[in-house]
Amino acid sequence: MTLLHNKVAIITGGASGIGRVTAQLFAREGARVVIADMNAAAGLELVEQIEQHGGQAHFQYLDVCREQDCAALVDAALTRYGRLDIAFNNAGIFVPPVLLEDQLLEQWQRVLDVNLTGVFNCLVPQLHAMKANGGSIINTASIAGLTGTPGSAAYSASKHAVIGLTRSAALEYGKHRIRINALCPGLVATPMTQGPDSGFNSKMIDMAVKNAPLRRQAAPEELAVMALWLASDKSSYVTGAHFVVDGGATA
Amino acid sequence: MTLLQGKVAIVTGGASGIGKATARLFASEGARVVVADTHEQAGQAVVDLIEQVGGQAFFQAVDVRRDEQCAALVAATLERFGQLDIAFNNAGISGTPGLTEAQSLEQWRLVLDVNLTGVFNCMVHQLRAMKARGGSIINTASIMGLQGTPGAAAYSASKHGVIGLTRSAALEYGKHGIRINALCPGYVTTPMTTGSDSEFNARTLEMALKTVALRRLGEPREQAEMALWLASDNASYVTGAHFVVDGGVTA
Repeated sequence: MTLLHNKVAIITGGASGIGRVTAQLFAREGARVVIADMNAAAGLELVEQIEQHGGQAHFQYLDVCREQDCAALVDAALTRYGRLDIAFNNAGIFVPPVLLEDQLLEQWQRVLDVNLTGVFNCLVPQLHAMKANGGSIINTASIAGLTGTPGSAAYSASKHAVIGLTRSAALEYGKHRIRINALCPGLVATPMTQGPDSGFNSKMIDMAVKNAPLRRQAAPEELAVMALWLASDKSSYVTGAHFVVDGGATA
Repeated sequence: MTLLQGKVAIVTGGASGIGKATARLFASEGARVVVADTHEQAGQAVVDLIEQVGGQAFFQAVDVRRDEQCAALVAATLERFGQLDIAFNNAGISGTPGLTEAQSLEQWRLVLDVNLTGVFNCMVHQLRAMKARGGSIINTASIMGLQGTPGAAAYSASKHGVIGLTRSAALEYGKHGIRINALCPGYVTTPMTTGSDSEFNARTLEMALKTVALRRLGEPREQAEMALWLASDNASYVTGAHFVVDGGVTA
């Protein structure tokens, strides 16, 4: 229950799905958690829930496409809690399937802006803040960042790029004891895949389930535990790598 | 301290290095451990260390090149401890350094027999034993199973082979609840890399270190922590993947 005792963690996209469950888990393990999201209602409700269970949390509105929001987020963590040890750059979007020839530039750009540039925007102030004492950064990529995904070229490109960004940053900041890794989920039961505004349809879900040797989706908890291990000192020799939690889909 | 409570684990190559650290860590988390190795004295010493702190273990002499010894290992485990939940197929050798044209067929065969066929031999019997209740198998590959290594073609080939074997087996046995993954260590302070029989000398080790973003060799314990996580129920959605613990060499 104390894997992250005394640590301070930022979680982007923390109000729902994988981010939400990870925030709860980090708080249970002793971290003070800054939950960052565009959904203030859900974010504030999560803070209340965490505090009710004896944890410490704070909500900060965040649009990862806005550089100033990302800087303000790190400032808030430092001002409120005095330090920053962990960042889970997890905010991301998935759009309904479309073949490349029909892909509009605006939507292509939006996916890249949120999923890739959003991670970059978050990383920059986090790296500044962590240089003195080291830290652990986990960026949510996807198995679509490792394989091709027909119908989701923008998503796949953005997630491949998160891996490239992660690896390069790891090489640069290893000497400052900042470890940077990528989490690669397969199909996970979250609002992004199954909520009312999800870009997935039921046929896509069925196919993904059939494709996984474990023949089911992941629960978000099964990703949160991987993020926890990467955030903790158990992963002290781990950096610049990607961690696949996909029920065997990419085996 | 109870991540593996009630579980039974086999660790091959358990007498030294990563295997030794893993056997001890598994036992400290509640597993009953079978330490398998060709080195009897060193293997028994690991069992003694485990028992001294209240753990349960026994040693079995095993040459993984011999199918009947791998069968006997699983049989002895079932007889003594009644079940098999986890296998860490970690026994391996580095081989003789040298350019590919200078390798003799015997040297090539030796490395393939121990590092690849040895894993195959172990897995065949472990899979049969685990089919009823499921389980977790971790095969020690290497970062050299992901990239080329001049002067170590046999080792690199054998470790690429371990990854291919791991992925294929994972696809076959997911439906039986058996998860199978590969551990890819980087440069670790063990007899294989820093012992008197090691193929690394001070100069080559220094050169290798330059490629490590974290600027140091890894500890066997840091590999054991990854194996522990993969062996535990935390990894419930993880199969057919490889897990790199290399301080950033392959970033």
